[in-house]
Amino acid sequence: MERIYLDHAATSPVHPAVAERMLPFMTECFGNPSSIHFFGRQSRLALDEARETVAKSLGAKPSEVIFTSGGTEADNLALVGVALANREKGTHIITSSVEHHAVLHTCHYLEKQGFEITYLPVDEYGKISLTDLKKALRNDTILVSIMFGNNETGVLQPIQQIGEMLKDHPAFFHTDAVQAYGLIPIDVNQLHIDLLSVSAHKINGPKGVGFLYAKETVKLMPRLYGGEQERKRRAGTENVAGIVGMAKAVEIAQQTMSEKAEKYRSFRKKMLAIFAQAGISYAVNGDDQEALPHVLNVTFPGTNVESLLVNLDLAGIAVSSGSACTAGSIDPSHVLVAMFGKDSDRIRSSIRFSFGLGNTEEQIEKAAYETVKIVQRLVSK
Amino acid sequence: MNKAPKDTRVVVGMSGGVDSSVAALLLKQQGYDVIGIFMKNWDDTDENGVCTATEDYEDVMRVCNQIGIPYYAVNFEKQYWEKVFTYFLDEYKAGRTPNPDVMCNKEIKFKAFLEHAMSLGADYLATGHYARVAYCDGEYKMLRGVDQNKDQTYFLNQLGQAQLSKVMFPLGELEKAQVRQIAKEAGLATAGKKDSTGICFIGERNFKEFLSNYLPAQPGTMQTLAGEIKGKHDGIMYYTIGQRHGLGIGGNGEPWFVVGKNVKENILYVAQGFENELLYSDSIIATNVSWVSDRVPAEPLKCTAKFRYRQPDNGVAVHVIDDRTVRVVFDRPVRAVTPGQAVVFYDGEECLGGGTIDEIFRNGEKLWYVG
Repeated sequence: MERIYLDHAATSPVHPAVAERMLPFMTECFGNPSSIHFFGRQSRLALDEARETVAKSLGAKPSEVIFTSGGTEADNLALVGVALANREKGTHIITSSVEHHAVLHTCHYLEKQGFEITYLPVDEYGKISLTDLKKALRNDTILVSIMFGNNETGVLQPIQQIGEMLKDHPAFFHTDAVQAYGLIPIDVNQLHIDLLSVSAHKINGPKGVGFLYAKETVKLMPRLYGGEQERKRRAGTENVAGIVGMAKAVEIAQQTMSEKAEKYRSFRKKMLAIFAQAGISYAVNGDDQEALPHVLNVTFPGTNVESLLVNLDLAGIAVSSGSACTAGSIDPSHVLVAMFGKDSDRIRSSIRFSFGLGNTEEQIEKAAYETVKIVQRLVSK
Repeated sequence: MNKAPKDTRVVVGMSGGVDSSVAALLLKQQGYDVIGIFMKNWDDTDENGVCTATEDYEDVMRVCNQIGIPYYAVNFEKQYWEKVFTYFLDEYKAGRTPNPDVMCNKEIKFKAFLEHAMSLGADYLATGHYARVAYCDGEYKMLRGVDQNKDQTYFLNQLGQAQLSKVMFPLGELEKAQVRQIAKEAGLATAGKKDSTGICFIGERNFKEFLSNYLPAQPGTMQTLAGEIKGKHDGIMYYTIGQRHGLGIGGNGEPWFVVGKNVKENILYVAQGFENELLYSDSIIATNVSWVSDRVPAEPLKCTAKFRYRQPDNGVAVHVIDDRTVRVVFDRPVRAVTPGQAVVFYDGEECLGGGTIDEIFRNGEKLWYVG
C-alpha cells in the first residue's frame, strides 16, 4: 500500500541535505564546543555559524538565540523564565485559549506559583480580539504570549498589531512560532517581538532541537543550571549535530519559503475542490484567508473523528486531529472547543491535513478521493 | 461470509491484558486482517497522577507491535457513564447489587464498540472472552468456554443473533493455562500480567471508598427481621445478600449474615447461621430477559440457571410472562439469590440467555426483606 503522509504539522521528515550535514557532527566533529582544544574549536565554529544562520532568519542578533531541546523547552523558558525574572514588576500574564499545550500547561504551572493568567477567548475563526487584549493589559502585566500560527487550524493571529500595541508597554511579547516559522517571513524587529519559539522538526530538521529568540533587553531566569552554555541561560552541552542540522533546515526553508507556500495553497484548493465536486458536506475550520498555507482543518458533518482517522490510516493516509490524550483516545481539541463551544458537533468531526516535503499533487488528489469515499460511507450509515 | 481470512477484517477489543493479547495473536496467526483497538471507558488517575488506562494502552501498543498489527484507541467514556455507570449507581440507590459487566457487554462492547468496528470496515469483532459461538441449524448459538472455571457466558447473556453473527471468541476452546502458555511462548509483553479483578472502573481500590465518592453513605442500624438491633452499618449499599464479612456482630454462636435491606428506612437485615432459611428462595421474577436465539421459548422451559458468576448450575423451570419477563422456579431452594444480579439460563453447554433478578419468592411468597 502506498502511504501518504499528510501530518507535517505533527512532525516532518528530515531533509536529505539536513541529514547529510549532520552526519559528520556525530562521527568526526564530535568535540565539545566548550573544550579548548582543536576538537572543541571545530564544534564551536559550527555552533557559531548555526547561530548566525538562525538569527539572520529572524533579523535578530546571534547573541539573542538560545538553543533548546525543542519548541516545548523554548516555550517553557520564555514563560517561566520571564515570569520568575520579572516578578517584582508584576505577576500578570496574558495568553490565549488556543495556545499549544507547551504554553497552556506552563501557564497552569505559573498559576500555581502565584501568577495571574488571563486567557483571551477567540472568535469562531480562531482569532483573538485586539480590543480584548487591550482591555486585559494592566500596569502589572509582564508578559503577553500569543502564538503566531495555530498548529491545529493554521489560523494566524494579528501579530503585527499586537507588537504595535505592546511596543510602549513594559510587558514582553512572546510568540510561539513553531508552526509558522519557515513558511511565513518573520522579522522580530519589524513585528516588535521580544521572544519567539521555534522547533526544528517541524521544518524538516531533526527532532530534539529548537531555539528561543530572546531580545537583548529581556530579563530571563534560566530553567536549567549547570555549565555556562548559552550565556548561562541554558546549561548543558550543546546538541551540536542537531543544531547544525536545524541551521541547514532553516537555510533551506528561507530559500524555498514562497515556493512552498504557493504549492501548499494549491494543494489546499485542490482538496477542497474535490470535496466540493463530490458533493460531500464539509466546512473549513478557521480563517481560510489568513492561515498558514500548509494546515487545513476540515469538519465533515455526520462523521466522527475516531472513525475518520482510523479509516484513513487503514487506507494509507496519515492525518490527525486535535490532541491525542491519555491512553491514545482522542479528546476534543481545545482549539476547536474555544472556537465553537464544547457542545458543537464540529469538535467531534474535524480532522487536520498538513502538507510538507515530499507531497505531490497526485498524493493530494488520492488522499482527497479516499477521504470522500470514507466520509460518504460513514455518513450513509 | 466465505471470505478468505486475509480478506476478513477482524477488530480485536484489547484491554492490555493477556487474554485479549492472545486473542489478537491467534487471529493474526490464522491469517486474518487484524486491528487492535483499546477502549477507554473511564477517566481515572492513580495516586501518582498517572492515568491507569495509559498503562494498559501502553501494553496494547507493545503487544500489537510484537504481533505486527495496527492499534488504535476509542473513547466511550460518555456512553459508559450514561449507560453503565448511571445504571450502576441507580441500582445501588435502589438497594440492589448491580452487574456492570453484563451492562458493559450489552451497551458498550457489543453495541457501541461493535458499531465502531463495523464503521472501520470490519467483518467481525473479537474479544478475549472465554465463550464459544457455534452456527448450526441456521442460527448462532453461544456455548460455554471450554475452561469451565473461566467461562464468561454469564456476562454475555444479553447477546443475541445480531451480535453473535459478528463476533469471534478465539479463546473459547482454550484453558486459561494454555492461554498463558501461548503468551509466554510468543514472548508477549503481557504474558506475566496479573488478571484484572473486580469491577473495571474500581480496579484494585477500596470499593467502599470508591462508592462513597458518588453515593452519600448513610449509617444506620443492623436488625433482625424481628426488629432486634444487632449493630450499625456504614451505608446499606456497601452490603450484599449472603455477605458475612464486615458485619462486626460479636457474641457466641453461629456467624451472622446479611439477608436483606430496607432502603426507605435505611435498615440492614441480618440473620444468624449460614444455612438460615431466610437466605433461601425457590423462585424469582426476572426482567430485561434476552434470548440468544431472539425467540421466546415455548414454556415451560426445563433448563439450568446460574444466579451469580461461577455458581454451580441449578435445575429450574422457566415460565414466560412476556417478551422480557419470566418466572423462574427452582428445583431446589437456592441460597443468597440477589436482586440486581443476572440470572442466566443454560441447556448443557449452550447459554440460552438471561435477565435481571428482580423479585424473590419462597413458598409463593415474595421476600419483602431482600430489597
